[in-house]
Amino acid sequence: MSIIHNINKVFDHRIRLGIMSILMVNEYADFNTLKELLGATDGNLASHTKALEKAEYIAVEKQFIGRKPNTRYSTTSLGKAEFKKHISALEKLIKKQ
Amino acid sequence: MRFIIKSFYFVFQSTLIMSDQDYLKDISEIKNLMNKSSRFISLSGLSGILAGIYALIGAAVAYWLVSKYSYGKLLLDGKVFNLVLLDLFLIAFLSVVTGIFLTTRKAKKNGEDFWDASSRRLIFNFLIPLVTGGIYILIILNQHKYGQTGALMLIFYGLALVNASKYSIGDIRYLGFIQITLGLICALYPGYGFWLWTLGFGVMHIVYGTWMHFKYDVK
Repeated sequence: MSIIHNINKVFDHRIRLGIMSILMVNEYADFNTLKELLGATDGNLASHTKALEKAEYIAVEKQFIGRKPNTRYSTTSLGKAEFKKHISALEKLIKKQ
Repeated sequence: MRFIIKSFYFVFQSTLIMSDQDYLKDISEIKNLMNKSSRFISLSGLSGILAGIYALIGAAVAYWLVSKYSYGKLLLDGKVFNLVLLDLFLIAFLSVVTGIFLTTRKAKKNGEDFWDASSRRLIFNFLIPLVTGGIYILIILNQHKYGQTGALMLIFYGLALVNASKYSIGDIRYLGFIQITLGLICALYPGYGFWLWTLGFGVMHIVYGTWMHFKYDVK
């Protein structure tokens, strides 16, 4: 039952999968880029990034660009490893069924 | 077996069972987001074809100018030389304008932003070798070493394409390799520079653009 074991509940949402997918192929992405690409609302996206941050799958960096606050995200190595596991579990599950 | 997996999953998730379709949809959306967030996908094939046609027309004009007014020889400080330079500049300018116009149009149709992080990255990485090459060519032209100009244009343009290909889907990588190869051949046989340039910038753009057009644009 290792397949099911590898399905990660933290990733079990369209927005969270989306955040991880974007961060897997980009060094970092800021809040607004994620929002645009995922078509999510501020609050929705914030709650999902917080969940991923709490699991230590993504790292958050807050800075100022001029006077504007800018929040950017990147994956941690733990997040990358877990996401890969999750995807291959999904793929196996699809093949099995 | 399927039942066991499903019921385990049901317990594990304590929510509704996702069907295979949902998983497939997840995977395809992951792929889609990875592409959309890192690669600019709206390069227009048609603009490649038009750039090739401009290059062919420009080459014909240059050929006509040189054979008619310069007795087949290109003198560096002559009026004809300046006209050829103007001709080159016009080709480049028209190609860029057409490229921007058609690509913006295609991006709009795809619901993509023409000027977003992925296109900025694409253009920036394309320009690094291209601007380097351009400045280098101007420098050696100023030193009256003009034998390798055609070769250098092909080589640096090819390098620019290969460098940009990491940030776009489509096959500009292969077009880049072809241009580099033509450039190196051109460096070996400067006498055929004009024809190799015409082949690289004219014919290859048309071939490539047609291929892209039918592969990605027409569906």
